[in-house]
Amino acid sequence: MESQRCKGMRDLLPDDMGKFRYIEDTFRNCCTKWGYREVRTPSLEYLRLFTATGTLTPSRLSKAYSFLDWDGWSGERVVLRPDGTIPIARLYLENLSFPARFFYVTDIFAFEQTGKENRERWQCGVEFLGGASPMADVELLLLAHELLHSLGISGVQLRLSHAGLAKALVKELGLSPRDEARMLGRILDGDWQAWKEAKSNNLELDKFLVSLVNFKGKLSDFLKKVKLPAEGTSPELESNLSNFIDILRLLDDLKCDYQIDIAAIHGFEYYTGICLQLFSRGEKIGGGGRYDELLSLMGSKSMPACGFAIYVDPVIKMLSLKEDERSESGVLLRGDEKKSRVVEACFSLAQSLRSAGRIVELDFAGESVADYRWVVSVSGEESFVIIDQKSGEKWEVRTLPQVVGILGVD
Amino acid sequence: MANQSNYIKLALPKGRLLPDTANLLDGVGLGFEGYSEQTRQYRLKSAKPPYLSAKIFWEKDIPIQVSIGNYDLGICGLDWIEELLVRYKASAVVKLSTLNYGEGYIYAAISYESEIKNLDGLLGRQGNWRIVSEYPDLAEAFALNIRMRRFRIFPVWGDAGGYPPENAEIAVLWARNEEELERKGLLPLMKLLPARATVIASRESLDNKDLASVLNRFAPMLDNREFSLSFEEVSSKEGFVGSLPRPELKKVKLALPDGHQQPPTAKFLERVGLNLSHYSGEVLDYHPSVDLDWLGVKVIRPQDMPLQVANGNFDLAITGKDWLLDHVYRFPSSPVVELLDLGFGKVKIVAAVSQEMPASTMEDVRQLLQKGKLPTLRVASEYVNIGDKYLCDHHISPYKLIPTWGASEAFLPEDADLLIDNMQTGKTMAEHNLKIIDVLCESTACLIGNKESINSPDKKEEIDFIIQMMRGGLS
Repeated sequence: MESQRCKGMRDLLPDDMGKFRYIEDTFRNCCTKWGYREVRTPSLEYLRLFTATGTLTPSRLSKAYSFLDWDGWSGERVVLRPDGTIPIARLYLENLSFPARFFYVTDIFAFEQTGKENRERWQCGVEFLGGASPMADVELLLLAHELLHSLGISGVQLRLSHAGLAKALVKELGLSPRDEARMLGRILDGDWQAWKEAKSNNLELDKFLVSLVNFKGKLSDFLKKVKLPAEGTSPELESNLSNFIDILRLLDDLKCDYQIDIAAIHGFEYYTGICLQLFSRGEKIGGGGRYDELLSLMGSKSMPACGFAIYVDPVIKMLSLKEDERSESGVLLRGDEKKSRVVEACFSLAQSLRSAGRIVELDFAGESVADYRWVVSVSGEESFVIIDQKSGEKWEVRTLPQVVGILGVD
Repeated sequence: MANQSNYIKLALPKGRLLPDTANLLDGVGLGFEGYSEQTRQYRLKSAKPPYLSAKIFWEKDIPIQVSIGNYDLGICGLDWIEELLVRYKASAVVKLSTLNYGEGYIYAAISYESEIKNLDGLLGRQGNWRIVSEYPDLAEAFALNIRMRRFRIFPVWGDAGGYPPENAEIAVLWARNEEELERKGLLPLMKLLPARATVIASRESLDNKDLASVLNRFAPMLDNREFSLSFEEVSSKEGFVGSLPRPELKKVKLALPDGHQQPPTAKFLERVGLNLSHYSGEVLDYHPSVDLDWLGVKVIRPQDMPLQVANGNFDLAITGKDWLLDHVYRFPSSPVVELLDLGFGKVKIVAAVSQEMPASTMEDVRQLLQKGKLPTLRVASEYVNIGDKYLCDHHISPYKLIPTWGASEAFLPEDADLLIDNMQTGKTMAEHNLKIIDVLCESTACLIGNKESINSPDKKEEIDFIIQMMRGGLS
């Protein structure tokens, strides 16, 4: 049968949802403990919310699902949420004024051409509005670490870059404002060639640029190998570099593992400070960073802010399904639907087992797949056959209390 | 069947590119009789080779027709190909090569009257820019490319160059060159792409058919250059002073139709005593003057009027009910209302199929789909929203709506199964061997207005005056 499902969209089946909820629950627990509170923004927003700050690259915006809705006579386009952070910043500006720690579970829409990859992607995100560097940055990094640890994701690699540093570097090249924007656009779109083409008329600076962009490693090594030219660099470049070093030093003190990778700022359009990317088994499973200018670009007073998100779709693939409640203690109750006494007995037994906290599925048609620990067949008012699928044991009993006793229900 | 699969279908352009395309085809020995500017035919047969046929389309239909696989190959301007691809990136159309003709560029331009003289000037300002274009998707790509912070796009059927400065700040439009834009009072900001003639192929045909016999003949003419959207900034010119006198802003703005609706509208306005200069006769002035000093009149396409009235560019307009309906179905919250039915210009909006189709009602059509005798109903219509609603209301599924720019009858039977179009006498339908299976509604000319304008204390008196005046002319 030809699929009726929209291209690029995905169904989540019970096993997927089991993992999804596990991720979500773990995420919620973690964030709540760190003092974050949950928010949710609408799926539909005005396109202008995302163009207004001028922070998203044209190529990113061209992948947004934008259209005219029934109110579109004024030419105002709406979009299916193409980004997680900007709507949260809007929600914050419209409702609050003091520092706030938010978390959310949301879907992001981006048109991916082939339709083979997901066009709707889920993420668990965290935003700390009003959180200043470097403490807030470190808080987020540790929170991300704790979360992935709680999820049981192994081999997590944290790659760190600094958007403020990268932007200040591009500024040193002395390009026209439009060429500078184009260069940054290419860098943010992940075009590596752009870094290679970057040349200033200062030899020392070019050397610094090459060593910085190619460096991969820890702070101790970084301090040895990457040296800022003695003169001729902007204070902006210097302050961003020292901010980066401050954060790394704190991480070293806290024994948090990371790798410096300046060139990896793909997709970090509104970021102004530290950028983090999380990988596991070669796959990107999360990212985020500091975006101190976003709120002021949206018309508020300037405010420090940072955040990150974990990408649910790749994480789902990494989780193995844990033994769930059904196979641990669930009960499948079978009975003959033609015998009214049996039906009655089934419903009443199910009721008492459920109130004792068990999952009970009724199966009068004999068609359910038995992935439950217990299968109880009711053949008469006083005839029960119990099978423990885990041990293979079998009992035949005559009374409800006996059934309850074998199932170990208090 | 082998013959069938070797049969190659070409989509060829009307209009701007027709003479050069006809020359090109003659030159490579693929000439089609009747492919000329005077032709009234749509379908063309080639004398040699016999496995080749062609159909003439409006340029903007060609990329769509080729991408849905109705035609194997097509020739049209790069502008219309990019207009399709910029929004529908996964369209199954392949650009093979540009040809060495097709002049002009797609420009983003601003009025010379504006204080803004270049792109940086534009971006340095806060504004909710109105961009008007026949190419709404290229216009959006332009706005996103330059990172415009806030903009609204108004698609129009007619000449976008007539809108700035009073009805839009920016127009995205085709022009031969910058001098032509200057003559229109427009200053180019950006060159989006060259409107070169381009050969395109359906991806499916490229994969499954042998097109070499035709493509080989084209080979010497192909320059194998690939153009695409380039967004080239136009350097600003200093010291140019706008040469076109712009009409002063009037209190009440009325839009009048060009095209078929123009003669009866002119006659009606004469009868009610609204004296306009140069709205009738040989030379149509797009800004006719009128003997009421508070009334500004502009001539635009009737299709564009409801949207323009909704957005307050005009307070009043004379258009067809068909276009009002098409607009309201799309935008139910639009502030456009019908003020008067003017009675003239009566047409019927009908659904028609080929005489050969075994259906005489929409129910029959539905049955054909249900029984699998038709895989999908392909519907050609100028009225996309009326068509959409009609098909949904009749529980037709699945269907594909092919937007056309007039002459929908030419799509049947090979490129569409059903058409939804207007009909005056039924003569065209008969000529094309079509039968009408339903009448959706009747449409006449009407006066439409913007709700806010009508209730504005500033304009109410004048608008009432116009309505009363027109009411006096109703027979």
